[in-house]
Amino acid sequence: MADILKRNKALSVNPLKASQPIGGSLATLGFNRAMPMLHGSQGCTAFAKVFFVRHFREPIPLQSTAMDQGSSVMGADENVVEGIRTIAEKSRPALITILTTGLAETQGADVHRNVREFREANPEFADVAVVAVNTPDFTGSVETGFAATLTEIIRALVPDAKEAGTYPGKRKRQVNVLVNYMLTPGDIEALRDIFEQFQLRAVFVPDISDSLDGCLTDEDFSPVTIGGTLISEMATLGDALATVVIGPSLAKAAELLEQKTGVPTYAIDHLYGLKANDALISALVEISGNDVPERIERQRAQLQDAMLDTHFMLGQLRIAIAADADLLNAFVDQVQEMGAEVVAAVTSCNVSLLARIPVASIKIGDLEDMELIGKANKVQLVIGNSHAVDTAERLGTPILRAGFPLYDIIGGYQKTWIGYRGSRQTLFDLANLVINFSHEEIPVYRSIYGQKPASELTETCSNNGQTCH
Amino acid sequence: MKSTKDIAALLDEPACEHNKKEKSGCAKPKPGASAGGCAFDGAQIALLPIADVAHIVHGPIACAGSSWDNRGTRSSGADLYRIGMTTDLTEQDIVMGRSEKRLFHAIKQAIDSYHPPAVFIYNTCVPALVGDDINAVCKSAQERWGVPVVPIDSAGFYGTKNLGNRIAGDAMVNHVIGTRDPDPLPLTVQRAEIIIHDVNLIGEYNIAGEFWHVLPLLDELGLRVLCTLSGDARFREVQTMHKAEVNMMVCSKAMVNVARKLQQQYGTPWFEGSYYGITDTSQALRDFAKALNDEDLTERTEALILREETRIRKELEPWKARLKGKRVLLFTGGVKSWSVISALQDLGMVVVATGTKKSTEEDKARIRELMGEDTVMIDDGSPRALLKIVHDYKADILIAGGRNMYTALKAKVPFLDINQEREFGYEGYQGMLELVRQLALTIESPVWEAVRAPAPWKIKTSSFVNGESEIVNTADLSRTKPSPEGEGWVRGNQNKEKSLFESPHPNLIMPDSPVRPPAGECKSAPDGFVPEGEGAPTLNSAVLNIDGGGE
Repeated sequence: MADILKRNKALSVNPLKASQPIGGSLATLGFNRAMPMLHGSQGCTAFAKVFFVRHFREPIPLQSTAMDQGSSVMGADENVVEGIRTIAEKSRPALITILTTGLAETQGADVHRNVREFREANPEFADVAVVAVNTPDFTGSVETGFAATLTEIIRALVPDAKEAGTYPGKRKRQVNVLVNYMLTPGDIEALRDIFEQFQLRAVFVPDISDSLDGCLTDEDFSPVTIGGTLISEMATLGDALATVVIGPSLAKAAELLEQKTGVPTYAIDHLYGLKANDALISALVEISGNDVPERIERQRAQLQDAMLDTHFMLGQLRIAIAADADLLNAFVDQVQEMGAEVVAAVTSCNVSLLARIPVASIKIGDLEDMELIGKANKVQLVIGNSHAVDTAERLGTPILRAGFPLYDIIGGYQKTWIGYRGSRQTLFDLANLVINFSHEEIPVYRSIYGQKPASELTETCSNNGQTCH
Repeated sequence: MKSTKDIAALLDEPACEHNKKEKSGCAKPKPGASAGGCAFDGAQIALLPIADVAHIVHGPIACAGSSWDNRGTRSSGADLYRIGMTTDLTEQDIVMGRSEKRLFHAIKQAIDSYHPPAVFIYNTCVPALVGDDINAVCKSAQERWGVPVVPIDSAGFYGTKNLGNRIAGDAMVNHVIGTRDPDPLPLTVQRAEIIIHDVNLIGEYNIAGEFWHVLPLLDELGLRVLCTLSGDARFREVQTMHKAEVNMMVCSKAMVNVARKLQQQYGTPWFEGSYYGITDTSQALRDFAKALNDEDLTERTEALILREETRIRKELEPWKARLKGKRVLLFTGGVKSWSVISALQDLGMVVVATGTKKSTEEDKARIRELMGEDTVMIDDGSPRALLKIVHDYKADILIAGGRNMYTALKAKVPFLDINQEREFGYEGYQGMLELVRQLALTIESPVWEAVRAPAPWKIKTSSFVNGESEIVNTADLSRTKPSPEGEGWVRGNQNKEKSLFESPHPNLIMPDSPVRPPAGECKSAPDGFVPEGEGAPTLNSAVLNIDGGGE
C-alpha cells in the first residue's frame, strides 16, 4: 500500500539505523550462558558494547576476533578459530555466535568453514554450541541481523523431528514463542504472564527478559549471559503444541522451525493496540482450548475505556515515526486505531513488510529525513529513539521514546508496551505528551474599548514582549 | 590505506620516555579475549569536540551508527559536531566500487546543508580495505567546493584507540595547524599593566564543561588560549595553534605527537600537566608562568593560587571529615592515575592500589613518589581481577572508567566514573567540590546496605521470644554449596522454576552430546517438585511420553 521512497542522498545525516551485528548480538544475548563474538576489528565490538551498555545499563558479554592490519589483508581464519577456542576455554559458554561485520565480509571471510574447522580440531568443546551468521553492516539493520541470527540458531540447535523423535503436542502445554528485537524484557515478562493465564508454558526464543532484565544476582561477575533461553530447551521446541511468532521479520525463522519440527505456526505482526492483541488472545484460545480468563477480559475493557478517554487528544494528531519496519508497523497500527495521522514514516532499510504498511509513503532514510518531512507536514508528535530527541526539539514537538537505543532515560529498556495493559499505558503516555505540551492557543485579544485595569495591560505586554496597541 | 611503514612511524614517538622499549601499540590483540576500541574510535574521540566542523564517517553504518552523539564533551556555541554524518556504505557501493563517488557527493551535501568552515573525513575499515583513496577525494572536493576537507585515515584495523589519537593529531598538524594566523588581540581585552601570552592546551576535551572551571583563571592571568585541542574548539582556532608561545599537554600522552611536532616545526616548548586536584591545578598554572618566563606573571600566578587554594580548602573542609580515611581503588589509564591520586590525597583518602596499564615509566615513578614504594600497581584490568583487589584490600570505592561501572555495581561496590563519558566535571579548584560531592554521594549511600543484605525471609530466626533472635545467614551458607554448572544452571528464575506448567527437562543436554544424565537427575527441576493444579495430569503424561520415547 505504501510508496517506498528510496534513499536519494549521498550522506546519511543523524542515522536511524543500527547495524546487523547489533541485532545479531541482541538475539544471542537472549540465550543462557551465551557469548556473541563479532568478526571484525576491535572497534566493531567496542562500539556495539557501548551501545548496549548505554541502553540496558548492564554489563554486556561481547567479544571480538580483533582483526588487525595483518589479518585484514592476509586473511583472518585463524582469528575466528582462536577466538572461539579462547572463549570456550575461558568461560565454557553454552553458545557462541560468530557474527560477521562489514570488514570481515569485504575481506571475504567464510565463517561457516571456520566453525567446521574448529569443530574438527577441537572435539573437547563439543558441548559448546557455535553458530556462525553473516551479518555485514553494509546491508540490513538491527532487525534483519536479529532475524538472521535467530534463524541460524534454530537451524543449528533445533533437531529435525524425524531424527530426534519429537512431535507436535508431545508437551501438551508448551508453546514456543519467537519474539523479535522490539520486545523489551518488560514485554516478554508481560507476555509470559498472558500465556500462563491460559495455562500454557511459553518457551521464549530468545528470552532477554531473563538475561537483560536488570536483575541483581549473588554472582559478582559472569563473563557470559546469566539467564535467557536454555540451549537445552531448543531440543524440546519440536514437542510443543504450537509456535507463536511475533514480528514479520521473523517469518523466515518461523518457517524454518515449522519445517524442522512440524509444529504449527501462529504468526502475529505485533502486540500494540486493541486489534493486535485480540489476534493474540484468539490464537491462545485456539491453542489452549481454554476460555479467555476474566482478568484479560477486564484488561481489554480497560483498554477500550482508555481509547475513549484519549481519542480527544490523539484523534487527527499528526505523528512522525522513525523506526525499523516491525516497530514502525506496530506504531502505525496503534495510532491509526486511535484516529491519528502518520504524516512522516521513516525506516532504516527496505524489507517486504513496508509495502503493506497502511500509510501513503515510507521514506528509507535517517532522522534528517524525518525532520524535513515532519516539518513539511506540520508534525505534532515524534515517535523515535533517543537520537530523535534533538530532532523533536528542532521540530518543536514532544517525543515518545521507543526503539533502539534509549540512553537518555532510565528504565526505557524495561518499559512494557504490549498486551492490553501495555497498549493502554502507551495511549496514556501519548496523550500526556500532547496535553502537557504547549500547543497553538488562540492569541489573546484585547478590545480597544476594554476596561481592564491599566496595570494588567502593561504587565502582560512586558511579559510577552509584544507590542501594545 | 596506510602502509605498515606509516603505522610504525606513528607508533614511534620520540617524546615518550618508554619509546625505547617494545611498543605497546604493537602488542597483538588476542581474538576472543580483547577489550578496547579501534583506531577510528580514537581518532573520532580526539577530534569530534571541534564543534563547528562537519564530521563525516566514511564507512558502513556500524562505525557511525553505534557511536554518534556519544560523548560528554560540551561546546559553548556551535553544535554541528552533534549531527551524526556517515556515508552509510551499502553492499552495492562496495561491490561496484562506488564508495569514493558517494563520499565526494556526501561532502558536497554536508557543505550545502550545513555550511561548515571545514569537513573532516574519517576513513574506516571497509573503504580502507577496498582501497578508496580518501586523500585524493578530499583534495578534489576541497578544490571543487572551496572548503577545507581534511582526510583522517583511521581504519579500525590499523590498531588501538591510542594510535587513532595520534592519527588524528597528525592530521591536524599536517592539514590544519598553521593555515591561519590568530586574530589580533582586541583593544577591549588588553590590559596596560600586563603582557598577554598566547598558549594552547592539547588533549583537553572539556568533558561535561569542566574546562570552564579553569578557563576563567587563565583569562584572569592574561593567558589567551588560542585553542584547546579539542574541547570546545573551532576550526579557525585549530588553524592558529602554531602561534602559541607554549603548549600544555593535558592529562594524556595520547596526542603527544602534536606537541612534539609543534616544537619541531615552530619551536614551541611544551610541558605536561593536569587540572585534577588542587596540587596539580596550581602546578599547571606555575608551569605556564615558568615556561613563559614572565616575572610579573609568576607573581600574579602565586597570588591567584594562594587566593584560590585558601578559598577551596575552606569549602572542602566539611567534606574532608566525611571522606577522610576512605579506601580507594583507582583504575584509570596513563597519567590520570597520578593526577587523581594527588587529588584524592588532598582529601585525606587512602589510595590502596592503582592501575598502571597505560602508564609510562615516568608515571609509575611519580606514583611511587606519591604513594610509597610498596604501592600496588595493577596491570590486569579484567573485571574479575579488579573485584578481587577491591575485596582483598577492603576498598570503599572503585574509581574507574565507565565501562567498569556495571562490573562494580553488579558486585555491589560503590563506583565513581572518571573517564570521558561521565556527566560531571572535576577539573580545577572548583571541580574538586563536585568530586567530593560525587564521592560522598556514592560512598555514603544507603543503597549499599539495602542491596547487600539478604531478604528477611532468608534469615533464619530461631525464636522471637522476648524479641531476641538468633540470626543465621542462610544466604551465606548457600554460597558455600557447590553451584550447579552446565546447561541446567539457571539463576533463581521464578518464572521457570515456579511455573505450574514447568516440566522437568529430560533433554537438558544436547542430543549429540556424549554425556546424557539419567532421566530424573535433571538439575533445573527442584527436588521433590510435584506439579499441581489443572496442568498436572497432562504434564505427567507428557513426561512419561518423553521418558519412553527418549531412551
